[in-house]
Amino acid sequence: MPDFAFGLIVAITLGSAFMVVQGKQLLYSAIALLFTFFGVAGLYIFMWADFMAAVQIVIYIGGILVLLIFGIMLTNKITSVNISHTSLQRGAGVLVALSVLSFLVVMIGRTPWLEKTALEPAQTVDGIGTLLMMKYLLPFEVASLLLLGALIGAAMLSRNVD
Amino acid sequence: MDSLQTYLFISAILFSLGLYGVITRRNGIAVLMGIELILNSANINFIAFARFGGMNLSGQVFALFVIIMAAAEAAVALAIIINIFNNLQTVNIDEAQQLKL
Repeated sequence: MPDFAFGLIVAITLGSAFMVVQGKQLLYSAIALLFTFFGVAGLYIFMWADFMAAVQIVIYIGGILVLLIFGIMLTNKITSVNISHTSLQRGAGVLVALSVLSFLVVMIGRTPWLEKTALEPAQTVDGIGTLLMMKYLLPFEVASLLLLGALIGAAMLSRNVD
Repeated sequence: MDSLQTYLFISAILFSLGLYGVITRRNGIAVLMGIELILNSANINFIAFARFGGMNLSGQVFALFVIIMAAAEAAVALAIIINIFNNLQTVNIDEAQQLKL
């Protein structure tokens, strides 16, 4: 049963990721991206990262995907037919993507990975909180500065000057 | 399913799909979707190494920072794309060749 669920989640993730890059309609791509994010969250749960799965759903689906759909709505007039998007250089794209993929697959297959499986953590949330407040306090503060900068920058860029 | 390589293969496929999207798509928002796929594949790697590589929770904290960065990047990139649309009436990134009108 876990094997079946794992296969299903992998199929959903990769299939909808394929639809994201291959779909004809921009809005359909955005909806397919929703399923990709859900699938990735499922993979996180298989790797004992339950808190990260929740963060993935809240930030990616609740934040970034809604932002992307807002972008689609704002940059296409509802009446215009031109909401579909074309792809160019398909041959070159397939070539580059396949060569990168084959390189990665050969590299992953050949490398003798040092596997050191940890014990299943009883709780991930308090461990992550402790790490954020103790060991990674400086990156945490820098990330808050980055978010503030992005907030101000995005507001400045998108406001109407005239 | 319980091995490092499985997750690395999944993330490699996701990365290639995102790369294909970035190369072939011409709509700025669709390019952004490809970038999101690439960032997600990197996150799968981080958490796979946290689980199988003995990195424990540090890998998950790094994935958290990547997600924070992706959120900031998406906000700024969408602001730029909306600006391009307001100035050029298109989101085709091939037509946005000039820094100044």
